[in-house]
Amino acid sequence: MGMTHIVDRRLNGKNKSAVNRERFLRRYRHHIKKAVSDAVHRRSITDIERGENVSIPSRDTDEPVFHHGQGGHREMVHPGNRDFVAGDRLPKPEGEDGQGQGQGQASPDGDGMDEFAFQITQEEFLNFLFDDLELPNLVRKKLKDTETFNYVRSGFSTQGVPAKLDVIRSLRGAHARRLGLSGARKKKIRELEAQLAELRSAPADLDAAFSHEDQIKALEDEIARLKANVKRIPFIDEIDLRYRQHLKQPKPATSAVMFCLMDVSGSMTQMHKDTAKRFFILLYLFLRKNYKKIDVVFIRHHTSAKEVDEEEFFYSRETGGTIVSSALKLMHKIIESRYSPAEWNIYAAQASDGDNWNDDSPVCGKLLTDRILPLVQYFAYVEITPQDHQMLWYEYERVQERFPESFAQQQISDPSEIYPVFRWLFERKAA
Amino acid sequence: MSDATDRPNGPGSEGPETRTPVSTGSEWTFELIGKYDEEIAKCAAEFGLDTYPNQVEVISAEQMMDAYSSVGMPVGYNHWSFGKQFLSTSKGYQRGQMGLAYEIVINSDPCIAYLMEENTLPMQALVIAHACYGHNSFFKGNYLFRAWTDASAIIDYLVFARNYVSECEERHGVDAVEQILDSCHALMNYGVDRYKRPAPISAANEVLRQEEREEYLQRRVNDLWRTIPKMDEDEDPVKRKKRFPDEPQENLLYFIEKNAPLLETWQREIIRIVRKLAQYFYPQRQTQVMNEGWATFWHYTLLNRMYEKGLVTDGFMLEFLQSHTAVVYQPPFNSPWYSGINPYTLGFSIFIDLRRICEAPTDEDREWFPDIAGTDWVKTLHFAMANFKDESFIQQFLSPKVMRDLKLFAIEDNDMEDSYTVTAIHDEPGYRELREKLARQYNLSYREPNIQVWGVDIRGDRSLMLRHVPVDRVPLGRDTEEVLRHAHRLWGFDVHLESVEEGLVVEDYHCPHAPPPDS
Repeated sequence: MGMTHIVDRRLNGKNKSAVNRERFLRRYRHHIKKAVSDAVHRRSITDIERGENVSIPSRDTDEPVFHHGQGGHREMVHPGNRDFVAGDRLPKPEGEDGQGQGQGQASPDGDGMDEFAFQITQEEFLNFLFDDLELPNLVRKKLKDTETFNYVRSGFSTQGVPAKLDVIRSLRGAHARRLGLSGARKKKIRELEAQLAELRSAPADLDAAFSHEDQIKALEDEIARLKANVKRIPFIDEIDLRYRQHLKQPKPATSAVMFCLMDVSGSMTQMHKDTAKRFFILLYLFLRKNYKKIDVVFIRHHTSAKEVDEEEFFYSRETGGTIVSSALKLMHKIIESRYSPAEWNIYAAQASDGDNWNDDSPVCGKLLTDRILPLVQYFAYVEITPQDHQMLWYEYERVQERFPESFAQQQISDPSEIYPVFRWLFERKAA
Repeated sequence: MSDATDRPNGPGSEGPETRTPVSTGSEWTFELIGKYDEEIAKCAAEFGLDTYPNQVEVISAEQMMDAYSSVGMPVGYNHWSFGKQFLSTSKGYQRGQMGLAYEIVINSDPCIAYLMEENTLPMQALVIAHACYGHNSFFKGNYLFRAWTDASAIIDYLVFARNYVSECEERHGVDAVEQILDSCHALMNYGVDRYKRPAPISAANEVLRQEEREEYLQRRVNDLWRTIPKMDEDEDPVKRKKRFPDEPQENLLYFIEKNAPLLETWQREIIRIVRKLAQYFYPQRQTQVMNEGWATFWHYTLLNRMYEKGLVTDGFMLEFLQSHTAVVYQPPFNSPWYSGINPYTLGFSIFIDLRRICEAPTDEDREWFPDIAGTDWVKTLHFAMANFKDESFIQQFLSPKVMRDLKLFAIEDNDMEDSYTVTAIHDEPGYRELREKLARQYNLSYREPNIQVWGVDIRGDRSLMLRHVPVDRVPLGRDTEEVLRHAHRLWGFDVHLESVEEGLVVEDYHCPHAPPPDS
């Protein structure tokens, strides 16, 4: 086949450009973040999980170089003449000063797109969506409250239970030991054998006094002794044995449960509920980025609370008054029966229009402070109302003073505020 | 080189031999690619094509996009601009707005050519003929490539560059490195020696000399600035006016690398890397028409030769000719698809016509090309390939027939007049003028503004003065201010740029400050 070498590279990595692509996204992160944030407002609720088209003004992504501008005197040769003859004059197009036709590739400021448009993937979309956000108190949970462990390999030890015996390691050690112990002797044997062969091949001396017999005998004895010696080296010895060692490492709990608490009393309109849903979805996606396994518990309440499925949670209508504490009580009960804080990271988001039976608000405050907040990682309360706050908000303010790290509340008066509020609630706090 | 007498003649001039095609289907296999390459190599040898060994790499479309975005280099340092290129390539491709080019070929020894797995067998054969024998022999034979690039060292150098840049990123942060690279890229076209032959690239030498150079560079820079005497009142004013540099410098990046006062060593090294790569690509920028024309001429000639020998089927030729026709299509100036002269068309037309002039010269040819008409075409074409660049190649070999075939005409755009003027067309009085104008169009120093280092105020504010000499009053474009900011980032002190026409400053740019009046 001569000098040509044919190689199949198709199985080589195809993502050679991944780093460069990432560099590009990094450089234009502000543009992209804005596009992502706009997309969140624009998209329908169920549609948050896909990539996004992003456009950046070309001016911002162009790489500047020295080039010719317009003006002056220039000549260009073009193909496809029809009926021009030398000396013909052609009118210049109005308005565009000196913009010759066919400058195309020569001048970068001719036509061309004003926007540099590209696509980011769903994962990148979510990354930008949740950029700079973090789950509060994640670290604390990892280190302190962990009660599950991983066993990780950590080398070998000379002691252990038979079940952890590493055969290959042990045999390798034995082999090395045998080589080490017998090496010198085997070498000696080889030397002696060589001497022996030499003596034997030497012409026999007639004079008995000079006979090699004794020497040969002595050599043979010595060789036999050494060989026996070598043979006595055990094939495997106790000191060869190696056992696999394992270390107990605390394992961060990788499962989380998210409680969605919503007021569905008569005062909550569908608009309120949509806003709440979008907030919950953001939280859900965000949690999913951090945890392998997430349970979601939906609790809705008016005067009494009930655990429901997603469909019912968002779409069934109720009427009547509001007792928020009923939901908190139910949440606590569910934690106790199903989500031991030792194994679960617990998050809760509560949405309401702020309406509550006045006597109930202090009860809520007490429930949160005494029973719920000690168990959860984070509890976020959003009040969806354009109006003034009521009793519940002020009660919660006191809760926040006592638990600034694990409790936060914000008001959303317009759907466009969902994302900013979400960001505020989960903003990475300076360490 | 085979003897001219037993060389095959043009297509169709010999009766078809017994047809035993290499293959009949359109699906390729590695075995078939090997067989085709073997046969194409035999044909290439008949015409005396001298090539580096070939390395053909079959890749997927995604990998082709990767290769695209790094200007075809198999390895490169990381930079956002390559990511941008990748994003726009993949977007265009996914939407079906553009097909990927069939091939990318790298001027290296061995010569690396990429084949896309999606291609049909005739296309793979076309690419092999085009890249592995056309471009490859051009890289090996053309004087610019021979003198300015070292095919055997480029891959190692690219690896060296990538590793060095990524080490810098670790030590100094991605942002700091990106800033330097951005600025270098802005001046990249001004990072080449246009006349002086550069030292060959070598990764081993670079590493070896790096430490040595570190010390040396710094000492050199220090020397420059240390020899500045104090500004004594009584100093000789003539001496004070001594220029630095003595002569204007065309290689801006080189000048900055060697003389910028504040750069750290790693920054100088990065400038050096960008400048070396610019130099490596410089011959390609000057030989686009020739290089593509040569490769196109050879895929056309070699595959026709295969057909003559009965090695390919009629179906194969149909598919091949269809692609070939698309490649050399030249939309006329008034077509919506027109975007300048297609280098494939122009180059191919000139080479194919050169062959005609050798083999079947007319009276016109004898008058225009007395030295060439009727000579051995293989030798003449090799001579043309080896000893010219686009500008001189067009000036030398563009024939009246090609001008007529392409219906070339020249148009003048003078901002002092309110209409365009047709100055020459493809007719007897116009040929020479047309040819000159087209040749000039491919002169890089005509396409790019002429900007050089004019001087450094080494006794004053250390500002750097660049000088632009406009050609035909054409001013600088709108990126100028922005590029100056990059120059300023590298130089570290004020940078000025003046457009000087016949001793008069017609335009000036400053970053960040204009010099005080009367300095």
